[in-house]
Amino acid sequence: MPKLTINGVEIEVEPGTSILQAAEEIGVEIPRFCYHDRLTVPANCRMCLVDLEGAPKPVASCAMACGDGMVVHTESPRAKKARQGVMEFLLINHPLDCPICDQGGECDLQDQAVAYGYDRSRYHETKRSVKDKELGPLVETVMTRCINCTRCVRFAEEIAGVDDIGQLHRGEDAEITTFIEKSIDSELSGNLVDVCPVGALTNKPYAYKARPWELKKTQSIDVHDAVGSNIRIDARGREVMRVMPRLNEAVNEEWIADKTRYALDGLAAGRLDRPYIRNGRTKKLEEASWSEALALAAKKIKAADAKSIAALVGDLADVEAVTALKDLMAKLGVPNMDCRVDGALYPTDNRAAYLFNTTIEGLEQADSIVLIGTNPRTEAAMINARIRKTWLAKRVKVAVLGEACDLNYPYTHLADNADGFAAADKFLKGSKSPVIIVGNAVYKRSDLSAVMAEVEKLCDKHKVVRKDWNGFNALHTAAGRVGALEIGFVPQKGGMDIAKIVKASADDKLDVIYLMGVDDADVISGLGKKTFKIYQGHHGDLGASHADIIFPAAAYSEKDASYMNTEGRLQRAHKAVSAPGEAKEDWAIIRALSDALDCALPYNDLYELRKSIRDNYAAMPQLDEITAAEWSGLGGKGKLTKAKFTADVDNFYMTNVICRASAVMRACSDAFVSGESNKLAAE
Amino acid sequence: MRKPFDLNADYQPKDFKFRPAFKKKSAEIIANYPKGKQQSAVMGLLDLAQRQVAEDGAKADKPYGGWIPKAAMDHIAEVLDMPPMKVYEVATFYSMYNLAPVGKYLVQICGTSPCWLCGAGKIKKVCEDHLGIKLWDSTDDGLFTLMEVECLGACVNAPMVQINDDYYEDLNEELMIKILDDLKAGRKVSVGSQTGRKASMAASGPTTLMDEAKKAKVV
Repeated sequence: MPKLTINGVEIEVEPGTSILQAAEEIGVEIPRFCYHDRLTVPANCRMCLVDLEGAPKPVASCAMACGDGMVVHTESPRAKKARQGVMEFLLINHPLDCPICDQGGECDLQDQAVAYGYDRSRYHETKRSVKDKELGPLVETVMTRCINCTRCVRFAEEIAGVDDIGQLHRGEDAEITTFIEKSIDSELSGNLVDVCPVGALTNKPYAYKARPWELKKTQSIDVHDAVGSNIRIDARGREVMRVMPRLNEAVNEEWIADKTRYALDGLAAGRLDRPYIRNGRTKKLEEASWSEALALAAKKIKAADAKSIAALVGDLADVEAVTALKDLMAKLGVPNMDCRVDGALYPTDNRAAYLFNTTIEGLEQADSIVLIGTNPRTEAAMINARIRKTWLAKRVKVAVLGEACDLNYPYTHLADNADGFAAADKFLKGSKSPVIIVGNAVYKRSDLSAVMAEVEKLCDKHKVVRKDWNGFNALHTAAGRVGALEIGFVPQKGGMDIAKIVKASADDKLDVIYLMGVDDADVISGLGKKTFKIYQGHHGDLGASHADIIFPAAAYSEKDASYMNTEGRLQRAHKAVSAPGEAKEDWAIIRALSDALDCALPYNDLYELRKSIRDNYAAMPQLDEITAAEWSGLGGKGKLTKAKFTADVDNFYMTNVICRASAVMRACSDAFVSGESNKLAAE
Repeated sequence: MRKPFDLNADYQPKDFKFRPAFKKKSAEIIANYPKGKQQSAVMGLLDLAQRQVAEDGAKADKPYGGWIPKAAMDHIAEVLDMPPMKVYEVATFYSMYNLAPVGKYLVQICGTSPCWLCGAGKIKKVCEDHLGIKLWDSTDDGLFTLMEVECLGACVNAPMVQINDDYYEDLNEELMIKILDDLKAGRKVSVGSQTGRKASMAASGPTTLMDEAKKAKVV
């Protein structure tokens, strides 16, 4: 292993480590623009020049591998002068528009100009200007600011797997462009904004709205899919201004999907900000006070028989709220509850059968992956990115059993329907670390049990699950589902499941239903007229429009809450802004209702509630940790049908109430899903 | 030099395929590289495409020279199994690829210091005046396009121009006009030095390497 000296500190590093990385290990930061940890190294910005003893010229530390006995000075006058020269050249063509630039305040060029820039320009010729490019509804471009670091080109090519961006021409004419002026059709395009070290690519919906130093930054968790991407919510006053990724190597690395980043305008639109009660005569929803709404709900619940009450929780429910609702139902003796509102019948008692057991990070160990009835690109973009990363690193073999879809890595298409299991068997032959990913849509199938039997056969035959490896994965699409399954928000003894609850309501055999954030069309439109519907949620979507009482609740950005992602990883989101109007946190609404019902829940604040969860659910993993699930097979029998395996999400941009309320997501949906992008390109 | 191009222009052909002769040559170029590294052949194939277009252009009613349409770049991307963007990047980087139609005779005047000191400015002016066009323009008959380029590496015989694949060196205004007229009339033009100088010996005859010069029969 090479041993070298950096600024007088001796360090031994792995062979192949660059000087820049070695310096970072000892806490010496070398300025850079083009170098990015997760991208290839082009060494074209020259900002990371260091002084290497014995070398005739300063060397680019990002591309120079450490050699034994090297003596490096990162802050010598020569290195500093070299960087000052680079900076002067970069600033020749960079506009002085920092005061109106969205990157201002968090701009690499601005920061480094403070350290290496001159206080005046020696350049008197004309600056160049570059035409702005149209990159779609999410990314704004001001190409004159571009310093041609090519990070965006490399990100698009390597991480996002789209080859639409490139650097054309050369010298002074060099520019980053899509050449054919088309929008970047990628679910990761927002990350281009993050990788851009200057203000050339900026967040379009956020343009000119705020300055980074005005924003309050709150650590949170994304709820738009079941990945649980780690995010930072930047808010000013009561308004969420933007969402940024937060580094978590095990989950989203440092990227997030576009829905996570851009659906935030949905948080301010179509919100329920006060309780409503449906007027018995006019059949219209009318504003009410909390006490009126709670009293009416309590009256209806008290009047009903426990057996004819049901409770459902939707896709965005947090663990605390689900627990509170479950505890309340238990107090009332209501056995009818379910969290599987989309009809995806995950087994309720077999942890390993509903978790993403391999873990997202674990996918990198896989040598073959079979995707059954799922399109990870739309259902879990960050998991798809991880599969692509694995494919890039070691050309992992991927096969799709289900409808052919547009994935950004090559795959073998086994078959559309269950005939593909024979082919999957062949495909997995000889695989040492096989992975099977079963999509959410599969769990909605009528022949689910038979499919599971087939999957178990594959698991047994190819050692998909063994002591040191669990390659069986259920890929959820709802952020709250795994948490609710873990809490056991499923039919209790003698209780009805989701299908039966809807059926009972349609048959007018259900008196009261409690809907916590349930907006699924199949459920809501299936409910009968005689059922009294209590809706608790944050958006005036389908559920609210059919409700008899509405309890306004806080959205994910407005509450302290825990979510469990598809791996079974418990993560905590913090409150970034206050909920609008009279809306309250979900668990608090349930707690208040329990008071009105004279059966107060035994916790008065979130800490007591969390303690109660810790005490009552011993299996609940610690924060940010995963407890491996015990494998006991999948069980299942029956006859396979000929039905096609389809993906769960057909429109990536429209999957929950927040996206549906978001104008930006609508624009994306129009541009990318409805084929508007082709029209734009032709114009 | 920014190479002008317009992807939606009328002159862009809808599709492009290598003709059998060119297809054979492209296979030969691809075979030069290890299997799986076929993308390295991109520069050779771009050149082939340009030559195929030049062949068509020479036969056309209104002649034109070799250039690379977008359809050709897309075709090459397909042949080499690489993203079209990567082909565009290469094609726009190198100045020898033309991305918009040019005249049958592409006159590239060297304007770098040695040629300039020896009168490249006059050569440029005489070309412009004689052809009635400015730099970067083409004549209406489709025969000539005028360009100024950086050093072509024939400084000893400055000033010089490159027309298509050939160098014309030791120029003055009269010689330049004669070359243009001859080309226009379809007469044969001698390439290389226009004053009879051999290779790059001194204008007054060889002063060094006399033995070699004798062997080569230049003195």
